[in-house]
Amino acid sequence: MASTSLRPCGDYRSSYRADQTLFDTRLSMLFCVAGVVALLFAPYVFSGYILSLMIQIGYLGIAALGLNILVGFSGQISVGHAVFYGFGGFASCFLSHQGVPVPLAIVLAGLWTTAVGLLFGLPAARVKGLYLAIATLAAQFILQDFFVRATWFSGGTHGSVAEPFTLFGLDMSGDQRYFYVVLFFFVVLYLGAANLMRSRDGRALIAVRDHYLSAEMMGVNLTKYRTMAFGISSFYAGIAGALYAHYIGYMSVEGIDILLSIQFLAMIIIGGLGSVMGSILGTIFMVLLPELTGALASALQGSAIDRMLHLKDGITYLREMLIGAVIILFLIFEPDGLAHRWRQIKAYWKLYPFSY
Amino acid sequence: MTSSLLLQLIINGLIIGTLYGVVGMCFVLIYKASQVVNFAQGEFLLIGAWACWWLLTYWQIPFFWGFLISIAFMMLFGLALQMLVLRPLIGEPIISVIMVTIGLSIFFQALMKWMFGTFAQPFPPVFAVSRVEILGLQVQTAYLMSTGVSLAIMAGFAWFFKYSKVGLAMRATAYNQQVAQSLGISVRQMFALSWGISAAVSAVAGVVVGMVNGVSSALSFFGIKVFPAVILGGLDSVLGAVVGGLIIGLLENIAHYFDSQFLKWGNLYEIVPFYVLILILMIKPYGLFGTRDIERV
Repeated sequence: MASTSLRPCGDYRSSYRADQTLFDTRLSMLFCVAGVVALLFAPYVFSGYILSLMIQIGYLGIAALGLNILVGFSGQISVGHAVFYGFGGFASCFLSHQGVPVPLAIVLAGLWTTAVGLLFGLPAARVKGLYLAIATLAAQFILQDFFVRATWFSGGTHGSVAEPFTLFGLDMSGDQRYFYVVLFFFVVLYLGAANLMRSRDGRALIAVRDHYLSAEMMGVNLTKYRTMAFGISSFYAGIAGALYAHYIGYMSVEGIDILLSIQFLAMIIIGGLGSVMGSILGTIFMVLLPELTGALASALQGSAIDRMLHLKDGITYLREMLIGAVIILFLIFEPDGLAHRWRQIKAYWKLYPFSY
Repeated sequence: MTSSLLLQLIINGLIIGTLYGVVGMCFVLIYKASQVVNFAQGEFLLIGAWACWWLLTYWQIPFFWGFLISIAFMMLFGLALQMLVLRPLIGEPIISVIMVTIGLSIFFQALMKWMFGTFAQPFPPVFAVSRVEILGLQVQTAYLMSTGVSLAIMAGFAWFFKYSKVGLAMRATAYNQQVAQSLGISVRQMFALSWGISAAVSAVAGVVVGMVNGVSSALSFFGIKVFPAVILGGLDSVLGAVVGGLIIGLLENIAHYFDSQFLKWGNLYEIVPFYVLILILMIKPYGLFGTRDIERV
């Protein structure tokens, strides 16, 4: 991986153990811990708007990380991530209606989504690459149709109401408290993914991505790992969807269409395929992009550009176009994403006077 | 009553199926020539149809000329797209290439919605009679024309790839790029040309569908419906695309018949092709006519 070549000067590893540490340097670990601690105070510092954006980044970031495990680490492409995200949301609503406590329902919804993901991942065990992309495209439409049909499960076109999140009788709904719920899942799942990449399983996934024939010859069970990647990715999507449902308090079929799937793909491409940190960078980018477009459009209100282009009416389309344009531009000009850019900036400063 | 409905639906299925076949051929053309799975195929239909609609309504151009101009425009559009967007990505992993076409797809879909609105716009009437009766069945004149045009396109494709010099060069490129290059064929030109032809022919299909149903962003769904067709036929087989298109078209309408007569689930015909798609991928991923070199895992 690129990160190994961009270490600070004089940081040499002499054992595999040292090479497999979770954090490159002590400083980066301190930064991460300090970052999480700082986030604990966020609800007291930031206003409701910023906080809601942060919560949004939290649950979308979990889903994006799931997709990155599938696409970035195991090299399979999914165009139907949004329906697994949606399935998690509906499953959690459904379970909480059956009397399952909400925190447990979220985890169970994740596991349930894993099962469904594995079902659709079966073609992944048989075919590869672009065929899987097409299979997940079919999954997108089939499950979307299922959500509309299965009134007992998802409430059909009306959607399903999510119970508020309570922990030991303590009401955790509302932005200020729910932030901690999302933060908890976020930290656990991100640590989980970062650790997965240090384990044999994680290395096997990367081996399958880089050269599946060699991987197979070295004793990696391709079918197992391809399917496993699909399962893990669905699990993350399911948890993220459940978090979303309990945050909004309502889950509906609208909004989990193919555009959301593409947005997830955009997040990981912008952030960087195969990078845990890239997933969160890409999510931040994709969450802020529509906000900034909105701000720009309202800043331009009444100007000549606005009159010519009808910005106010076209703002939703403008956002969609931007998503498409950003995907294309990043793939052409920065295929390694923001994570790579960030590593380069770090490496530049670490080697500063002698950066030859 | 029910049997005449079934017959009507079968006729519809065949007509729609030939259209799927044409779009599928365009899709396969791009895939064969440049190994790109084009998720933006539906947008070619959409842009072509809007271009033609715009020429006909705003500029009041006669249909024949408007049709020709929009086809020429789409040809250039396809060429430009390949040169500007796809060419820098030659040699990149397949995921990047797929993602770029997905990006193009949503970009142009949103652009078209922005420029022309979300509502379906009726095409100005092209034929004096909108329906004709054949064997006691009502058939839209535009559909008759579409079948004629589709068959002509298919015959044209057959001729192009069997006898014309460019077509042969294109097949050579699809077969083996390096050998083709060593024989003096410009692979880059062939790539660009395949996109140009594909876009232009898709635009024809777009205009035909637009004449019947009105032009709206729903047209781009053809680009997604084409996946079941080409997977069924085999991703790299032009003949397979046509056969697959016909089967999917028929299947859709037969599913619609069973749905409306017996099951009453509603909306079944839209979703059936995707179940078929999953099934084919599980059983016979290389399709009916595809090359059997997809590596099984």
